[in-house]
Amino acid sequence: MRTRDFLNLTGSSLIAHRLRSFLTALGIAVGIAAVVLLTSIGEGVHQFVLSEFTQFGTTLVSINPGKTTTHGGNVGGFGTERPLTIEDAEALQRLPFARAVVPLVQGNAEVEADNRRRRTNVYGAGPQWPEAYRMQVKSGRFLPDDDPVAPRAFAVLGSKLRQELFGDRSPLGQRITIGGSRYRVIGVMESKGTVLGFDLDDTVYIPAARALSLFNKDTLFQIDLMYRQGTPVDTVVEGIKSLLEARHGRDDFTITTQQQMLDVLGSVLDVLTFAVGAIGGISLLVGGIGIVTIMTIAINERTNEIGLLRALGAKQSQVLGLFLGEAIVLAAFGGLAGLVLGVGIAELLHLALPALPVHTPLLYVALAEAIAVVIGLAAGVLPARRAALLDPVEALRSE
Amino acid sequence: MIQLTGIHRDFQVGDQTVHALDDVTLTIDSGEYISIMGPSGSGKSTLLNLLGLLDKPSSGSYRLNGQDVTALSDIQQAQVRNREIGFVFQMFHLVPRLTAAENVELPLILAGEAPEQRKSRVTRALADLGLSDRSHHKPDQLSGGQRQRVAIARATVTEPNVLLADEPTGNLDHKSGQDVIRILEELNQRGITLIMVTHDPEMGQRARRQLHMMDGRLDIDQLNQTDSAGDGTA
Repeated sequence: MRTRDFLNLTGSSLIAHRLRSFLTALGIAVGIAAVVLLTSIGEGVHQFVLSEFTQFGTTLVSINPGKTTTHGGNVGGFGTERPLTIEDAEALQRLPFARAVVPLVQGNAEVEADNRRRRTNVYGAGPQWPEAYRMQVKSGRFLPDDDPVAPRAFAVLGSKLRQELFGDRSPLGQRITIGGSRYRVIGVMESKGTVLGFDLDDTVYIPAARALSLFNKDTLFQIDLMYRQGTPVDTVVEGIKSLLEARHGRDDFTITTQQQMLDVLGSVLDVLTFAVGAIGGISLLVGGIGIVTIMTIAINERTNEIGLLRALGAKQSQVLGLFLGEAIVLAAFGGLAGLVLGVGIAELLHLALPALPVHTPLLYVALAEAIAVVIGLAAGVLPARRAALLDPVEALRSE
Repeated sequence: MIQLTGIHRDFQVGDQTVHALDDVTLTIDSGEYISIMGPSGSGKSTLLNLLGLLDKPSSGSYRLNGQDVTALSDIQQAQVRNREIGFVFQMFHLVPRLTAAENVELPLILAGEAPEQRKSRVTRALADLGLSDRSHHKPDQLSGGQRQRVAIARATVTEPNVLLADEPTGNLDHKSGQDVIRILEELNQRGITLIMVTHDPEMGQRARRQLHMMDGRLDIDQLNQTDSAGDGTA
């Protein structure tokens, strides 16, 4: 049989039962729309979270004190690990691939200016912080390149903290008190907004060595190293490792590359997207059952026609193909309608709620349509097989 | 052309075995006009289905044009049905959603014939049966006699050697029935082998050769003595 004739015959029987075909295809359409919509939202969230992370660049490596391994115990033994010090950060700075190194101490303290007080995040950082984190100074300047061990008492304010403490007055040159010590304000940062729940604007930056004594700590919370673009990440990790091992005498620190973090995050988000897609898949399954039902009914109604086709010289494979074809066409058209519906709703949602990230990748669209066709195939196989195996004599005799 | 030897066809009904055909041996030559008569359940429809390769014998051999067709695969049997055999049914069995022309076209479509070729063959088949002006009508817009004529056009469009008719007038009024019989006999005169099942003696006696069946056996196999309307002009 020619392809064109095959399509004509398939089409004619679907058109003959317009309403029924429409409703059956609608079942698949709703399923596909649900899958497309949910995965669009999942993928949108995925991209949103990743872009939040990558805004700091992908050439960051962070070094934390202590060894955390996913396999094996603490290799250094208990309580023998050395703190990460400002001298460690100094040494890392001399590595050839290091573009910026930022020692980091994080805490929370009360900041006072004139008569205003506010509890806020305190970042003990190094002068290269703006470069490593791609942040801009709005007025004044960032912390200067002082002696890292005994820096001057300068502070830089986040935009929100500035607003809270000084209102519209210029804070440059003003004195503030952080946890009882006095600092002079030398700069204000550009607003950065909230990143993953941390308000980077409600912050004050002071030199890391001063933050250590403020919080009475002997170890840095973390050292961030930004390496030069193009350096293989393995070289970076090996370089840091051998340097710190030489300084500490053992491997008592943890290196996390931005790429590793992105990979882990990405795989978690992939699971999320897949999970919401699977929920949509349930409605797709229901649509598939609709096709099985309607094809079974159609074959019961058209038993006579099947017997006739066999008498006119149709092979079993041709009868199988015709009914399978009907199921696939139903599913494919339903799938197509579902795609339009799903993408349409996703776009409307995006218009109505601009804050909700929505993204429909083309691959998902193609995949959803392929799934619809496969569902048609799967749903059609059993009824079509039954049709093909009907005894022609019995089929012709049925009313 | 058709050679049946020792054909048995048994059906299992509950725990009883019904012998629908019981040792039937029969030879049919090309161009014959045969009627098969007998009471209900005597096996005449089973015999016709078997001749049309819609059913398989439990035992015995069926040779069509010298070839043992019971040994053929489903695909080969379908091809034989398509090329060699035409069916006319009591219930017409037209596909209701297709027009008369499309119904006639069906066997050619199944055979994969080219559309241009199909069109001229369908037009000719419909014209032969005086249905040219009905070709775009759906079956429910046609009278019983017209429907059966469409069915005959469909059965003959592939130019088969054998035409099997199962009570072709059973659902028609007397006049339409007479028309249909006349058409079938004309086709026979042009060379097609016509095998017709009927329980109307008046119809059956028009055939040159008459078979009577009883309880699955071929009871009587006789040639018509009197000149019937069917072969009077032959």
